[in-house]
Amino acid sequence: MKKTLLYQAHLRHGGRMVEFAGHALPLQYTSIVEEHLAVRRGAGLFDVSHMGEFLIRGREALAFLQWATANDAAKLKVGRAQYSMLPNARGGVVDDIYLYRLAEEEYLMVVNAANIAKDFAHLKELSRGFAVELTDLSEETALLALQGPKAASLLQGLTDADLSQRKKNDVFSARVAGRSARLARTGYTGEDGFELFLAPEDAEAVFEALLEAGATPAGLGARDTLRLEAGFPLYGHELTDDTNPLCTPWAWVVKKEKDFHGKEAMLATPCAERLIGLVLEVGIPREGYRVYSGDRAVGRVTSGGYSPLLERGIALAYVEKEAQEPFFVEVRGRKAGASLSPLPFVPLK
Amino acid sequence: MDIPKDRFYTKTHEWALPEGDTVLVGITDYAQDALGDVVYVELPEVGRKVEKGEAVAVVESVKTASDIYAPVSGEVVEVNTALEKTPELINQDPYGEGWIFRIRPLDIGHLDDLLDAAGYQEVLESEG
Repeated sequence: MKKTLLYQAHLRHGGRMVEFAGHALPLQYTSIVEEHLAVRRGAGLFDVSHMGEFLIRGREALAFLQWATANDAAKLKVGRAQYSMLPNARGGVVDDIYLYRLAEEEYLMVVNAANIAKDFAHLKELSRGFAVELTDLSEETALLALQGPKAASLLQGLTDADLSQRKKNDVFSARVAGRSARLARTGYTGEDGFELFLAPEDAEAVFEALLEAGATPAGLGARDTLRLEAGFPLYGHELTDDTNPLCTPWAWVVKKEKDFHGKEAMLATPCAERLIGLVLEVGIPREGYRVYSGDRAVGRVTSGGYSPLLERGIALAYVEKEAQEPFFVEVRGRKAGASLSPLPFVPLK
Repeated sequence: MDIPKDRFYTKTHEWALPEGDTVLVGITDYAQDALGDVVYVELPEVGRKVEKGEAVAVVESVKTASDIYAPVSGEVVEVNTALEKTPELINQDPYGEGWIFRIRPLDIGHLDDLLDAAGYQEVLESEG
């Protein structure tokens, strides 16, 4: 199991370490619910150094990315970022990613920790014939996420950048707590916030400075409840190698007017299922629980849990395309009423 | 971890407190701490006959669901309905307000088969 650069810092702050994608990371420090609410109401700080980072540069970097990703990378100006996906040859999803344009011919791709090796091999293969160079920077990049309505004001006290001039999905270089950092106004919580790419030797000093300034350390538990409440997919759950993204709420990512790897297969695959959000009347839904429409089993929960804001169990579930309300989720042999919810589950800014 | 000496324990981290001819049941401080934020409790029906070791209630934290087993055989005579609205009582006061159900045992003498505080302490130490 790999230890991130902040392993000792997590222990010092009371982190309960668990294994996630081969890394020892804090599940929580004090309480998942408290950390969740700190992010919704204040500012929470996550160590997400387990995520993968690939540098993609060269004369044909854009042409390559247009081929390898589903979103329109040509829309990205220097200093801007977008959510995207890596389709496979069958039109499924190799991974969902974030793409940052750092310079004219230089991009940074952030990928899921569990998929680093798979993604890199896939991209390497696809890059044949393109004048492009791929470098895996995952081992030498620390990544922190400062998230919440107070993230900007808290960070402003520690940086020379004027954050009021920085919009969602901007990426830029700045000093933070006296260290060089690349900042992006992005995140995975549904809140305003920043992600900070750091050199390994700077990670701990910046982590401590942000906590000192008032951020609440937050673990993987809150990261999952926050993304679920925000209605974001988690790779391996809502998105897989066999998921057609056109059958999901994230179909907007796929730009059909451009050509990309796997496009024809994706367009040719009909949607047998759709992904819905459910709020339970009682109980906590968990991954794998069966979903019913009336008496008929029509699908399954892919992510389930507790929403600290709604104080209810919530779930993302795949159901048969035509399945209609009333929905129920089978919780330990009993059917709990579940109402259809728009995503995100809670109002977010 | 707090382990009061006035009651009995199971290896599965329930406590059992004799009160007259009934036994109050809850989970230990260690168990609530390991579970984390308790957000839902599925209570048994009053009147249900249960066997020792039978799953009687379910405590759900944010991350997981955990069965609560009957420490003795008998009949469920009361449940802590306060947990329906405030399941976090289990975190806040696991040995008091966070009790889960009350059993009238077939034989109160069967409590002697359970662990005492020192025995439960050893279980925790062996679990590391």
